[in-house]
Amino acid sequence: MIYVIVEHINGKIEDITYEMLGKAKSMGGGVTAVLLGSGVEGLASQLGAADNVLLCQSPELTEFNPQANCKAAASVLAGKNDSIILVGNTSMGMEIGPGLSAVLGMPLISYVTDISDGSVTSSLYGGKMSVQSAVDGGYIASVMAGSFPAESGMLEGSPNVESVEAPDLSDVKVHFVKLIEPEGGDVDITQKEVLVSVGRGIQNEDNLEIVQELADKLNAALSCSRPIVDNKWLAKSRQVGKSGLKVKPKVYLAVGISGAPEHIEGMKDAECIIAINTDENAPIFDYAHYGTTEDLFDVVPAISEKL
Amino acid sequence: MNIVVAIKQVPDLVEELELNDSGTDLDREWLKFKVNEFDDHALEAALLIKDAHGANVTVIALDNGLDIDKALYAAAAKGADRVIKVTGDFEGYVSTHKAAKALAGVIGTLGADLVMTGVQAVDDRDGQLAVLLAHQLGVPHVTVVTDIQVNDTSATVHKEYGGGMIGEFTVDFPAVLGIQAAAETPRYVPVAKVRRAMKSTNIEEIGGDGSGASAGTEVTKMYKPETGQGAEMLSGSAEDVAAKIVEIIRSKGI
Ligand SMILES: Cc1cc2nc3c(=O)[nH]c(=O)nc-3n(C[C@H](O)[C@H](O)[C@H](O)COP(=O)(O)OP(=O)(O)OC[C@H]3O[C@@H](n4cnc5c(N)ncnc54)[C@H](O)[C@@H]3O)c2cc1C
Repeated sequence: MIYVIVEHINGKIEDITYEMLGKAKSMGGGVTAVLLGSGVEGLASQLGAADNVLLCQSPELTEFNPQANCKAAASVLAGKNDSIILVGNTSMGMEIGPGLSAVLGMPLISYVTDISDGSVTSSLYGGKMSVQSAVDGGYIASVMAGSFPAESGMLEGSPNVESVEAPDLSDVKVHFVKLIEPEGGDVDITQKEVLVSVGRGIQNEDNLEIVQELADKLNAALSCSRPIVDNKWLAKSRQVGKSGLKVKPKVYLAVGISGAPEHIEGMKDAECIIAINTDENAPIFDYAHYGTTEDLFDVVPAISEKL
Repeated sequence: MNIVVAIKQVPDLVEELELNDSGTDLDREWLKFKVNEFDDHALEAALLIKDAHGANVTVIALDNGLDIDKALYAAAAKGADRVIKVTGDFEGYVSTHKAAKALAGVIGTLGADLVMTGVQAVDDRDGQLAVLLAHQLGVPHVTVVTDIQVNDTSATVHKEYGGGMIGEFTVDFPAVLGIQAAAETPRYVPVAKVRRAMKSTNIEEIGGDGSGASAGTEVTKMYKPETGQGAEMLSGSAEDVAAKIVEIIRSKGI
């Protein structure tokens, strides 16, 4: 049996859940979805790819809670150490995966991009290395979003729903306060045909001028990788990736971006990806359609000049 | 308030990564290492709390046989009050499970209100440290944290989800936080200041024990990925490349 931890927020099941359900189904042997929450029985009908749903409800699980969800998941899965457990390598899954590993004493493999018989593949070193781990018996795999097609897990079906009693969660020391929706930005980068996207290769804030000029000439928006936002050089609404936005422009020009898995997650479906990066081994070239290792400070102004 | 920050070194990805002879790990002999960038953010987040409210900041790292002393001196120069090197059998690659056990054994004796470390590292194949550490210590955890407000007994933190959505939580002390980003860019410390810290700082050495804890699985193969066909590389001078890029963009009807 393969267990899939269902991820949902604001009443909506996240795509990662469908990716994992689809993959689990293709592995054979039966799929059980583990659904934690409160008033979420309705979501079970959206888990048609699963054979069974283990439903664990408690007021303390109304909103995701790092400690309560770990404790509940561990209680539901207690004694299943010989099974495969799939959890998203997401913000929620990064609490539950290690939590389950610690409580159940099961091996954990993170950044998982593929699973085959006896072997689990992870992406490490910022996407520069793939690693295969031998598995034999039960383990927890923390799956990177975008590794499997979500469509394959979006099946009609009526899984058998079994309610499981929640453990005592009254001693939980983490308390949910509120969800804060992201602020809208001045431009919606998800709606642009062309994005000029800038990464840490730009070195400093003043240099943004050259990519802004190029974006202006292309009637494109400027987007970026996470460090640019962490440095407060551009607004959060410009960030592409796991904790930013998913974009699918016609043209995505990646300038000085290495292509870490968390960035790739947000842009790999762009129609045409062009990467400018001086490191010929940068993972961005594995996803780009066109690439150059010329210096961005030479190429970017030269493109602007020709437009 | 006592804050403990756990840091570690990871291979600097700017360098070319080579495989060892058996193809199961990096060839570590010539690798350049640097402090995990998210651990740098964890230290910055701790120092910001110290600046605003006063706090005792201890930085702790496993002695991995590399130049961890330099990282600890740099932490002292930035404002850490105490730096600890956990000695023991930690050479080469150390799994997160083993690191969590060894660190927890020492951190558990330090009376920490908050333990902070980076949300992830580029090599944590068997899971991220923060949550494993919390379970070893038997305290609550929140990871992927971007904002921290503290009072005497608890912290209010922002945990980032996908799409920029944030969950706000309070967490009672003692607790472990996995830090995604500090509110400020990690402070820069000039070399001269690190040199001064080397003279005035005592790196405490405390024995640690990670035995019995492991990833639970073995690596059978490490390799450079080849996803899809890879990019068509544009040749020629920067000017030529620029002309080709313009042509490609135009061909998309832009
Ligand atoms: C939970 C979590 C969520 C995350 N979410 C996101 C996210 O949503 N989006 C995101 O982007 N990241 C995200 N990250 C961060 C991610 O792990 C990487 O740290 C980040 O993507 C790296 O950004 P970068 O490519 O700009 O920087 P780097 O990795 O430092 O790459 C800079 C690149 O610039 C190149 N370069 C340098 N100089 C030049 C030059 N002169 N000309 C051309 N090229 C040059 C270098 O070769 C290098 O490849 C997340 C991380 C975590 C832990």
